Amino acid sequence: MKTLGARLLRHPGAMIGLGVLGLVVVPALAAPWLPLADPTLTMPAQRMLPAGSTGHPLGTDALGRDLLARLIWGARSSITVGVVAALVAALIGSLIGILAGFFGRVTDALLMRGVDVLMAFPYLLLALAIVAALGPGLANAMLAIALANVPFFARAVRGAVLDIRHQDYIDAARLAGHREWWIVIVEVLPNLIPTVLLLMTTTLGWMVLETAGLSFLGLGAQPPDADLGAMLGTGREFLTTYPRVAVLPGLVILVLVVGINLFGDALRDLLDPRLRDRGRRLGTRAGECRDAGRHHDGHPGHDHRHGDHPAHAGRQKAGLSGEGQAGDGRSAGGDCGEPVDDRHPLDQGRRGGSPHDREVSGEGQGDEPPDDAHKGYRAARDARERSNEGGPTTGSAPPLIAAEGLSVLVPSERGAAAAVDRLDLRLQAGERVGMVGESGSGKSLTALALLGFAPPGGRLEGQVELEGTDLLTLDADVLRDLRGRRIAYVPQEPSDALDPLLRVGDQLREAITAHSSEISADADVAVGEESAAELASTEGGSGGRSETGPVRSAVVMAGLGDLGSDKPGAETSKRVETLLNKVGLDGVAGIQRRFPHELSGGQSQRVAIAMALAHEPDLLIADEATTALDVTVQAEILALLERLSRGRDRSLLFVSHDLALVTELCDRVLVLYAGRVVEDAPRERLLDAPAHPYTVALLACSPELGRPQKPLPAIAGQPPSPAEATWGAAAAGCRFAPRCPKAQPVCEQGEPGLDELAPGHRVRCLFPEGSKASDTGDGADSTDRVARADGADEADGAEVTDRRAGIDGDAGNDGSRAHSGRFFNERDSQR
Amino acid sequence: MTQPLLELRGVAKLYSQGSGLRALWPGGRQQQMALAPTDLVIPDGAAIGLVGESGSGKTTLSRIAAGLSRPSRGEVDWQGTPIEALDPEARAAWRRELQYVFQNATAALNPRHRVRRILHITLAGLWRGSEKQRDQAGRHERINEVAAQVGLGRVLLDRYPHQLSGGQAQRVAIARALLGAPKLLILDEPVSALDLSLQAQILNLLVELRRDLGLTYLFISHDLAVVERLCDEVHVMHDGRIIEQGATAEVLSNPRKSYTRRLLAAVPRR
Ligand SMILES: Nc1ncnc2c1ncn2[C@@H]1O[C@H](COP(=O)(O)OP(=O)(O)OP(=O)(O)O)[C@@H](O)[C@H]1O
Ligand code: SF4
Ligand SMILES: [Mg+2]
Repeated sequence: MKTLGARLLRHPGAMIGLGVLGLVVVPALAAPWLPLADPTLTMPAQRMLPAGSTGHPLGTDALGRDLLARLIWGARSSITVGVVAALVAALIGSLIGILAGFFGRVTDALLMRGVDVLMAFPYLLLALAIVAALGPGLANAMLAIALANVPFFARAVRGAVLDIRHQDYIDAARLAGHREWWIVIVEVLPNLIPTVLLLMTTTLGWMVLETAGLSFLGLGAQPPDADLGAMLGTGREFLTTYPRVAVLPGLVILVLVVGINLFGDALRDLLDPRLRDRGRRLGTRAGECRDAGRHHDGHPGHDHRHGDHPAHAGRQKAGLSGEGQAGDGRSAGGDCGEPVDDRHPLDQGRRGGSPHDREVSGEGQGDEPPDDAHKGYRAARDARERSNEGGPTTGSAPPLIAAEGLSVLVPSERGAAAAVDRLDLRLQAGERVGMVGESGSGKSLTALALLGFAPPGGRLEGQVELEGTDLLTLDADVLRDLRGRRIAYVPQEPSDALDPLLRVGDQLREAITAHSSEISADADVAVGEESAAELASTEGGSGGRSETGPVRSAVVMAGLGDLGSDKPGAETSKRVETLLNKVGLDGVAGIQRRFPHELSGGQSQRVAIAMALAHEPDLLIADEATTALDVTVQAEILALLERLSRGRDRSLLFVSHDLALVTELCDRVLVLYAGRVVEDAPRERLLDAPAHPYTVALLACSPELGRPQKPLPAIAGQPPSPAEATWGAAAAGCRFAPRCPKAQPVCEQGEPGLDELAPGHRVRCLFPEGSKASDTGDGADSTDRVARADGADEADGAEVTDRRAGIDGDAGNDGSRAHSGRFFNERDSQR
Repeated sequence: MTQPLLELRGVAKLYSQGSGLRALWPGGRQQQMALAPTDLVIPDGAAIGLVGESGSGKTTLSRIAAGLSRPSRGEVDWQGTPIEALDPEARAAWRRELQYVFQNATAALNPRHRVRRILHITLAGLWRGSEKQRDQAGRHERINEVAAQVGLGRVLLDRYPHQLSGGQAQRVAIARALLGAPKLLILDEPVSALDLSLQAQILNLLVELRRDLGLTYLFISHDLAVVERLCDEVHVMHDGRIIEQGATAEVLSNPRKSYTRRLLAAVPRR
């Protein structure tokens, strides 16, 4: 991980901001050492000299004072006041926020009511009242502005602390016997610093403006000293005759504020914890993608553009949901789903390497070559589907969604690596497909890619067609709309879908009512059972729960007051109840009034599922959606998902690591390993005749009820990271080889193709279980192979040659070695 | 009869719905029973499974048992003494000897600290006030020892939590719980967030630790197959109370309550 400084240096926004800021800040800081005239020296004889006069490069003002000197010194005081005010506000505000947030209850109630009272005053009025009480003067103006901003910081920090307080690591610290104040300092503070820094940079510009405003009104800097605002104020009298005197300080203020805001935005991008390190767990990444939507609507940077007072917009947000939270997430994932343009080594490597790759792996034999050979495979598959062998009942109907050669490239130390690699997937309407694999195998990335989301800093390759339209080429707006209406996503971590500061009822209401004008327009989409018809779909930020992003900001922007008085309230309430009923939460007393932290793990996941169902989507992508649920609820949710897909031709992509669960629900199962599909089989085949050693190993380590003594042979080692899979030792061959009990030397020489073993059953292995190759030399023998001493014995060698000949249709061992050698070299040269 | 390690006597938990100033008002709070008065005895060396649906009170009960939340009623005894009445020394011992492993391991690790620091901080707390308090070398040694016990490599100690896989994070969490040489581990769904292979690793590890260190477990799970494997006694919770308890084999093969039967029927089978 690079240091913040290094990353700032590479951020164009930060650099431009710094450059702009430097124009003002550098001279202001250097003022005492610059050969400037005395800014307070009046020389009536020289009043209103034009720019370029000797000794006065920018001329003089009405009292004959040197304008340049006054500008620079004025900027110096404006900046000082702004910075000090921001620091003071941050300090006091954070203190209040921490006390209120961490100690909760009465402390919280009292402090926050006080803050509310302050916030009830219009902002500038409050500052004015404070200066009026303290008397005019720059120091008092600073204090006034700082105090007026305290509530803003207090609310934001409190929001952040509330979130942190409910984290398990706080409890863990208590378990270690630490005292509360110690916990605040060691566990809470480090997590707050970025939030506070972000808040400061976003408010600094505003504080500079406010100081200028107070001085402009004559309440700030007193003559003969002047800050930029005071200069503007006095210059105003001569606006028509000598515009220069007023325009120049105005310009400097503009430059200063623009610079600060540009830099602040950049800093926020970089400091945001969710973007800080690229290897984050996907739960968080999904959160980012949701936030990407929010980014468009609720980003403070956009507030400015809307002509909104940033602090006020911030206040409203804070009033509703706590700026800390939102501030943290809002800018996250700005690049979710946005293609990254630069081509990287892997790209070329893939282009150059793949032909050989395919040669080795047997082109035209049912692998997933993206080009011509594909047609052959497709035709075969279509024929198969028509004959309805293990395929979905929909016959040859075009698929609802089809991914072809879909790769998800993620950033790694060595450049972009394919975390999902050339994946093909077809889902018929009404079909239920399961996707299993270890953690990190690329399941979540695939699921998100089907929604058109690339991970931050990464990008997608290949195609994802939704009824023939390639999602990856769509316009962001159209895509967002599709995500809302057609595809919904239930996340792995329920907390990603839920706003910690919104009650469950409001959470759902929000998901339903946002963009409700479009519900009627799209009424035909919602042909529901039960009253679900009314749920219809809403135009969306980004699928299912992702909806919350823009929706939330929309509500937030509308201000707290509008929340309750929304739309036909009764109807919405009914829908909320229907949704709760659907996920089996209707019986929980007071559920609608609860906050997410008052829910059990299973309950919050059910709320998340309810939010996804609110849109009545054609395709529901559930990513570990039942993992947090207990078995009985899980069974109910499975039944619900099944009913939803059966009755309405709705497809389901069910992602899970639980093989037993997947086979219970799905018609077909894809097994992923290190970003590659290694087995694709109808449910029965997978259970009765699993072919890939990886699938077999997964089945072996599932605990089974009634067999407590069954050994659970965990698969030794770890799956490769995307970088290891792309460049590591096993990159040229079968990716599972380092962990495979059946691996042979030949396995490392080229990646096996995804070959058809039986109708509808494809496997990527040279020695699949149950095949001739493994039957002849397997059994007791296989343990010898695990040892993989040196070279296979003769019999094995023969098998290998057979098998490879079967694939390549040419040569044998030597030939394939030559190929893979070449392939290897090319890969190597990418390093 | 030997004294149980931990005993919950009639503990109950009410959650209040009202918040803020309203809660100070008489009648401003709506109370809700999350846990009905419950008894639970955890003998030394036992492995007790707690199963039940979400919201049935498993976590509430386990947090009370761990001293993470106060019961609204009833009492928790640590080796025969109510925990409020423990003298400072016994109290410190209680803190060391009873540890908790959280469901979501990653969330239980402070994202801003490296693994090594997390472990150091924990030991600093556990050894506070003892003669070992300032013993830096001793701390290092203990951390390395425990890391080896749970199979955490050195490289991993220098990582931040988000750089760990779920299984690794759970190992760190278990390591943290083991630092104070606990007698009782309360594990709240420690494997439900893990994939099959990692789950197998952690389950095998837990079996091993129990065998080698003679640990006592209170193991919360909704996965009956996992409980069956690890626990010799099982308690079934429903609606805030324990409705059935007994030897694991007995309860699973011969469930008496209809809820237990439903639970068994819901287990996905191949
Ligand atoms: N933004 C990113 N930057 C770098 N690497 C990433 C990024 N997102 C994902 N990865 C990596 O891509 C791989 C696949 O991740 P993914 O989250 O899809 O796995 P998964 O199968 O869903 O795992 P789990 O079962 O834990 O949810 C992992 O190795 C992960 O570390
Ligand atoms: S047998 Fe060979 S090809 Fe098949 S999974 Fe094992 S290493 Fe890969
Ligand atoms: Mg995942």
